[in-house]
Formats: sequence, C-alpha cells, structure tokens
Amino acid sequence: MVARKLLRRGGAVFGFATVVFFVLLALLAPVLSPYDPLTTSWSAVRLAPSAQHWFGTDEIGRDVLSRVIWGARASLLAGVVSVSIALTLGLPVGMLAGYFGRWPDALISRLTDAMLACPFLILAIALAAFLGPSLSNAMIAIGISATPIFVRLTRGQVMAVKVEDYVEAARALGNPPWRIALRHILPNIVAPLIVQATLAVAAAIIAEASLSFLGLGQQPPAPSWGSMLNTAKNYIGQAPWMSVWPGLSIFLLVLSFNLLGDGLRDALDPRQA
Amino acid sequence: MNYRLCLSLLLVFVSGVNAQTLRIGLAEDPDALDPTLARTFVGRIVFSALCDKLFDLDEKLNLVPQLATSYAWSADNKALTLKLRPGVVFHDGEKMDAAAVKYSLERHKNMAGSSRRGELAPVASVDVVDPLTVRLNLSAPFAPLLAVLTDRAGMIVSPKAAQAEGEKFGAKPVCAGPFKFVERVAQDRIVLERFPEYWDKGSIHFERIVYLPIVDATVRLANLRSGQLDFIERLAGSDVAALQADARFRIDRIVEIGYQGITINLGKSDLAQKNPLGRDARVREAFELSLDRDALVRVAMDGEAVPGNQWVAPSNRYYAKNVPIPKRDVAKAKALLAAAGVPNPSFTIMTPTTSDAQRISQVVQAMAKEAGFDVKIQSTEFSTSLNLADKGEFEAYMLAWSGRADPDGNLHIFHACKQALNYAGYCKPEVDDLINRSRSTLDPAQRAKLFEQIAAHVARDRPVVYLFHRNWLWAHAAKLTGLRAVPDGLVRVQGLKMN
Amino acid sequence: MLRFLLRRLAALVPTLFFVSILIFGLQQLLPGDPAVALAGEERDPAAIAYLRAKFHLDEPLAVRYGYWLGGVLRGDLGESVRMQRPVTELILEKLPVTVQLASMAILIALLIGVAAGVLSAVKQGTAWDYAANVLALWGLSTPNFWLGILLILLFAVQLGWLPASGYVSPFEDLQANLAAMILPAFVLGNAFAAVLMRHTRSAMLQVLSSDYVRTARAKGLDERTVVLKHALRNALTPVITLGALGFGDLLGGTVLTETVFTIPGFGKLVVDAVFNRDYSVVQGVVLFTATVYITLNLFADFAYFLVNPRLRG
Repeated sequence: MVARKLLRRGGAVFGFATVVFFVLLALLAPVLSPYDPLTTSWSAVRLAPSAQHWFGTDEIGRDVLSRVIWGARASLLAGVVSVSIALTLGLPVGMLAGYFGRWPDALISRLTDAMLACPFLILAIALAAFLGPSLSNAMIAIGISATPIFVRLTRGQVMAVKVEDYVEAARALGNPPWRIALRHILPNIVAPLIVQATLAVAAAIIAEASLSFLGLGQQPPAPSWGSMLNTAKNYIGQAPWMSVWPGLSIFLLVLSFNLLGDGLRDALDPRQA
Repeated sequence: MNYRLCLSLLLVFVSGVNAQTLRIGLAEDPDALDPTLARTFVGRIVFSALCDKLFDLDEKLNLVPQLATSYAWSADNKALTLKLRPGVVFHDGEKMDAAAVKYSLERHKNMAGSSRRGELAPVASVDVVDPLTVRLNLSAPFAPLLAVLTDRAGMIVSPKAAQAEGEKFGAKPVCAGPFKFVERVAQDRIVLERFPEYWDKGSIHFERIVYLPIVDATVRLANLRSGQLDFIERLAGSDVAALQADARFRIDRIVEIGYQGITINLGKSDLAQKNPLGRDARVREAFELSLDRDALVRVAMDGEAVPGNQWVAPSNRYYAKNVPIPKRDVAKAKALLAAAGVPNPSFTIMTPTTSDAQRISQVVQAMAKEAGFDVKIQSTEFSTSLNLADKGEFEAYMLAWSGRADPDGNLHIFHACKQALNYAGYCKPEVDDLINRSRSTLDPAQRAKLFEQIAAHVARDRPVVYLFHRNWLWAHAAKLTGLRAVPDGLVRVQGLKMN
Repeated sequence: MLRFLLRRLAALVPTLFFVSILIFGLQQLLPGDPAVALAGEERDPAAIAYLRAKFHLDEPLAVRYGYWLGGVLRGDLGESVRMQRPVTELILEKLPVTVQLASMAILIALLIGVAAGVLSAVKQGTAWDYAANVLALWGLSTPNFWLGILLILLFAVQLGWLPASGYVSPFEDLQANLAAMILPAFVLGNAFAAVLMRHTRSAMLQVLSSDYVRTARAKGLDERTVVLKHALRNALTPVITLGALGFGDLLGGTVLTETVFTIPGFGKLVVDAVFNRDYSVVQGVVLFTATVYITLNLFADFAYFLVNPRLRG
C-alpha cells in the first residue's frame, strides 16, 4: 500500500530511479568507466570534451567521465556509511532514553542537546581534523555529528509508542525489555526513521563535499565528486567541464535522495490520501 | 568666511589629487603586526609599507640603504658599525636614532615569545656610538647578518610606543615606514595611511593602502577583475593565460628565493632505517632520476616555476655549478633499484592539503611509478604535518620553504645537525663544518667555494630532493606602474603609482 | 506552565556544561602542537617554549579545562594566540556581521520557503507542487560553497553588478553593505528555505484538513481567504518554532559561505581557528553559539507553549 502511494508521487519516482541509476553506476564502475580514473597523461592536460574524452580531462590529464563514474562510489559511500554510523549509534541510545526514561533519559537528552547545539559542520570539521583527512574519517566525523538527530527522533518515537496497548500488553506478559524493543517497538517506529535516514544521506553527501572543499574529505588521487569540485574551482574559467559534471552529479544525487525522502514521508503518513 | 571656504576647497582639491587608495589582496590574514613576534609571510608584505628596516633588497638581492645608510665591518669581522639616516621620525613623532635601534634590536633578541631570537643569536650586544652610529658586537663572525637586517629583525620600532604597549604593540604598531597604522579588522582588512613626514615621501603616491586578505585564489582574482582590488599577490599559475589576454591587467613575475622540495627521513627517527628510501642512498638516487623536473613544472605549475636541484635557484650567484640538475633517466633508476635489491620500493609522501602540494605529489607519484616506485600520498593537514615531521613520523614530506635573502637562511636550519627544521635528520660533521665556515667567512668567493662543497654532499646524500623554484606572480591593474619584482615576494610601495 | 519553564531552564545548565566539555575535549585532542603551528616558519624553540608556557600547554587536560572554565565563568574566554586579542573582543566584533548575514538569509528563506510550502500544500499533487518542491530543494542539493563561487563568477566577474567578496559596515556605506551581503545571504538562505518549505507544507496540509478550516470553508469564505487568513496563520506557529531549530544549521552554513565570500564573521573565524589550532577562539565561539542556540530554543518552546492554547491548560 505504501509502495502504491509512493509510486503516485512523481517526484519520489524520479528520485528513486535516479538513485538506482547512480547505485548501478557505482557498482558497475569497472565495467562502465572508459579509462582508469587514476591514469595521468602529461599531453592530455585540461582538454575540452571530445570524442576520446566525453567529459574532458582534468588538471593532470585524467579522464573526467571515468572519475565521475568512480566518484559515485565515494559519494554514495559517504552518504550511506555516515548515516549507517549515525543509525547504529543513535538508534539504541535513543531507544534507551525513550524506553527507560528518568535519569538515563535526562543524561542522554542533555548530551544530545549539547551536540545539537554545536553547529554540525564545525563539529564535523573538528572531528575530521582530529582523525586526519581521508574519506573514511570524513564518514566517521559526519556519522558522529549526525547521531544526535537520530537519538532525538528515536527517543520521541519510542516515547509515543511505548504507551500503546500492545506494548503494555507485552510488558504485562513479562517480556524482557529487549524483546519488547525489538519485537514490538522497533517495527512501529521504523517508518519515520527511514524517512530521516534518506534525507540524512542527502545531507551527508553535501557534508562530504564541504569537508573536501576544506581539504578534509576524500584525498586525491582517489576520485570523489567533492574533491573534484575542490580542485576544479581553481580552473573554472579555463576548464569548466572539470566542475560541471561532478557538480551536476552531486546535485542530481542529493536532489533524488531528498525527493525520495519527501515521497516516503508522504507515503508513510496515514493522514494523506 | 569666503577666504576660508576658498582655502579649504583648495586644500580638498590638492589632497584630492593625491587622495588615492591602493587596495591590495593578500593570500592570508597576517598575524600580529609586531616585527618582534610576527611569524607569517603576508605580515612582511604589510610591514614593507608600515615599518622601514635598516637595509632593503633590490631585484638582484643586493643591499640597499633604508634606515641605515652605510655599514662597515671591523677588522676581525666581529663588529658591524652602521651609520644611520638623519632626520627620520617615527609615526608618533619620536626621532629615529641609535638609541632607538639599540632598543629595537634588544627587543628582538630578548622579548618573551620573540621569533627573531634565533636570527640575531650571534649578536652579543649593541652599542650606541653616537646618535647616528650604532655598533653590533658579535660573538663570532656571521656573514648572513646583513641579510637578516633586511627582514623583520632589522625593523626599528618607536621605543616610546613599544614600551607603552609592550606585548600589545602589534595591535597599534608605530614604526618609521611610509604609511602609518590606522585600523585593523581581523580577517577583513588592514588600513594604513600615508605618513607625511616619511624621509622618502617623494616616492609615495598613495594616500591610503588597504590590505584585504582573501584566501581563495579564484575569489581574489575575481575581485581584481571586478575592479574591487588594484593588486593581488600569488596569482594562480592556471589563471595566467586568461589574465594575460585581458588588456586591463598586467602580470609581473620573478623567481622566488625559496624552493619546493621533498624532504626524506634518513635519520630523524627509526622509520628511516625501516624504509629503503631512507636507508639506501641508491634508492634515493633512483627516485630523483625518475623525476622529470621540466615536465613537473609544466604540468603541475603551468610552467610558472624554474627547475632546481639546490637550496638556491640556478640564477643565484651562489648556485654551485659543479652540481647541475640531473636529467631524467628511468633506465638508470631501474638499474640502481635492481642493484639495491629493491625493484619496487614503496613509500609514503606526507602531503599538506594545499592544492599545489597535492598536484605536485600526484605528478611525482605517476613519474616515479614508471621506474618501479609505489608512491602513496598521505594527505595531512599542515599543522599536523609539522608535528609529525618534528617527531620524524614520516618517510617523505612535500615541503616548500619561502626562502631567505642569504643562502645560509635556506641551508643551515635544514642541513646542520639537530637544527629546528632539519626534518631529514641529516647530520654529517664534515657538512656541519663546511656550513659553519660558510657563515663565518665574509668573502663571497670563499663562500661560493664552500657552498660548492656542501652542494656536492647534499646532492649525493639527498636529505632533500629539491624540485623547483616557483615564480612569484603578481597581477594588477595595468594603470598601476612602478612595481619592483624582488625575489622575496614582497610588495614595495615606494614608486608605485596609479596613472 | 511555570513548572515547564523552570524545568527547561534547569536543563540549560548541564547542557551547556556538556557543550563546554565536548568542544574543549575536541579541540585539545586535535593532533598537532598548537605552539609549533603558531610559532611560524622558523620554528624557533624558544618561541615554542614560550607559547607552551603561556597557554599552559604542558599541563594535564583536566587542569587546562579548569583554567578555561574558570575564565569562562568570569567572562574571560581566553586570548587568540594568532591575533593576540581577547576572544570576547573578537566575538563582539564579528557578531553583528554574522547576525546580519543570518538575518538576511532567514528573510530570504522565509520568502522562498513559506511561499513554496503554501503553494505546494494548496496545490498538492499537481505540477505546481512538484515545481515548488524542486525550487526549494535545489538549495539543499547544491554544496553552498559551490553555488557561492558560481554566483561570484556570474554576478561579479561577468556582469559586474555585485562585489566579488568582502564586507563593508552598514554604518559606513549601507548600499555597499547590502550589495556585498546579498549573494552570501542568498546562498545561505537557499538551504534553509528547503527546511522551511517542508515544515510549512506539512503544517499547512495538517491545518487545511482540520475542522477549523472545514468550518471556514463551510461558512462560504473564498479559498484565498481561507488559505491566507486562517490556515496560514495557524500553520506558521509550528513553522516558526521548528525554524528555530534550523537556525543551528544556518550557523553551520555560515562557515563555508563566509569563507568563500570573505565575510569576517563567526564562521570564517572558527574555520581558520581550527586549522591554526587557535583553541581559545574555537572554544569561545562554539560555546557562545551553543548558548545562543539553546536560549533561542527555549524561547521557541516557550512561544509555542504560549501560542498553542491546547497545551496551556
């Protein structure tokens, strides 16, 4: 039923299709990419798009199309892994806070508030600087910075659900808390979490690009759209193709995740037709 | 009433003719504007308008009198007597005399937190001989001293203001330069105003200078092109071609006194022994032979650099001609590696996250690969990289040096045993001896001979593989004339005029 | 009601305490010796030793935290090592700049976001809905540093309509100030517009299907009055309070926008300070921003409470 509602929203369909497209692109990179993304060539520096290089070449002679295709991996990973980290950390903590209440809740809530009070990007920059500039560290930094959002969301949802009859019944039957959490509560709160996760992936991809702009994300020579943009900004006048394609890709992918998330939210909202 | 109105209108007109503001775009925000404490390169650019020094440099790196008019070494070269320029006043009206020079030099040497202490280490004491003569007494002869006095260590501050402000002097500096300090908004602008009593006021054609730090090179250039800036420093090499086509602007360039090189850990820590690059001189030689410096300059720097293999550029008078730049020879490199028993050595280059360093490392990586090297690039934030280098936790380090006027400034602190910037951990007693002799001899011919010997050692041992010397690139409105391209990269305001 | 307010106020203290520990810990754990980083190119050992002593860098972490916290409670946020000026002074100097940027951005975001949200809700499911969605979303989907550079190239270099970067105080020259701030405010506001659009849309949808609106329609009022006078007013309250939460994201967005457009505000101050290992600045600014954010949240909660009669009882 959810799927049917989803399919009716044009934006969500477009979003989903585009996401699938990029995922396939990332998975099939070795097959689809015309050149090795790391191969440099002194004679082919900053060439305009042509038959041999559909998207042109970059500042040290690498094929831009290949780097865009392989870069999809880095960007998708940045998005998905960061959010997975945030979920893995945030979900259990949020459930703890929401279910047990009182002092665990107070402690966790204050910690979460503290993290949310610090501007996200600054937290991510400080963490990434602390861990060292690399894609994996950027993902960890973004993941940790995004955790409080999921803690808060989960907590709210758990608190709303735990007073429901079926949960009360389960408790009365003597079920241990962990089973109640897994069997009864979790399935009923998963919907808004999925929506938030989808939207968070979009934000995480942008965050990786932002960290790359500051020199803290995926490091060259490995391709990632964010670091490609960071390098390309020095050559906007002379070689606009270096920036157009990664920029467009980021835009499309992030837009798609946003549309998909919005569509999911509407589809999962019982109040809407 | 009418008379006053006329007069004031006339004054306005007259000052209006001269009421020009020069807007200069800097690549970074300077730190404290105190010559004793200052640590950044861009700070020196501001100082060249704010604080005059004992001597200045010309385009050929010759000494030019500024606050001092002449110098004389004593017979044993352990005392330097300076004659000062008469009639010079500080921005607060105080006289610049030998007492002020003594005060400033002692401040540079003794103030807590001073960054000039090492530069003036050989100066044991300063004597006032008469109001316009000062004598520096050295503990040992020191050839680079005059060059040191052309930088911040030679800047003379007003004793009255320095005593009043103490550590906070940098917030309201008072010196003897052509412009005086007006205001500073951190990370936004530094405003200087013409000092009417400057001793060389004829050469000053601007009423105000505003320095605007704009870190992003693209945005800095955009400001120049849109007319908000008259002058920018450190134009990106890739922007040169496009700007040259625009008749409204001019580009000036000169080879720097610094260099870009790869420092190799060959004794700083036990990582040196663990890696074939640090352990075996043949592997280092093979690495250097795998590099094509001309192609490197062309691809990574858009041609805006000059290949080099020593701590001074080939055009420098102290360049050792007996150690020419080696040509690329991949076959020989492979042979050396085979002889050393490591056909595919692997090592990591610690690379700061600046776009230049990243680009150069990537090209080096690709070139070395053809000889069998597996070079990994470890991107490290600059502050962290300094720390790691200090501890010797690296195998190779992509590091540039902004350079000093005297070749000793590019040599001693790097290659003498246990010196602050000797990240390679290079320590050879005979090289130390040669370096120390090159510092204590004042005869240029003798120094050149010593440098030749040092160069031979360094070229063989390779604590640093010097790659090239970058061009300083300045871009400005074509109407701005009078820029002197001095290899230290600073912007001298004397003679600058907007037509 | 009073109990609610007091409880929230009481929560403020431990939260701020955790913020202080969080940001202090993060800063001090950053690799790289700040004394070395700040000692300049020559790395003079005497200068390094002096810096280490001056900023207590050799003492254990807990002791340093004690020094810092003690200072904070007295109103002294420490000193910037790089610029040799008190952090409090730097904050006061840059506060008006960032406040102006954020305010202009919020204004732009309100204009774009609320309008798009209303349109999207009223014409739900149609092409208008979709278009309004994409319009508001494009701000969230483009890295703002990227958008900034593109806009600079278009409006400053190509067209010459606006300055490429920099900042002029509004007291000095209001026109120049607005010209310099309009692009960065737009870039910043774009992203926030999407957030506001979403909130407006869901709030409007909720209100439009409520009894209140059904009554208004039944009374025979025309659609436009229903939407604008009745629905929107009710929808705006959660929007405004939820928007306050987004303010935190906005502050984070100033980091990159100010860096690209060279606006001397908080964002740029903090980023430079992280890279220069200027601890006191980062700690001071983040603590200040966090306090503002938490206080704003408190007011938002309070306002929401006041405005919504159902919760007051």
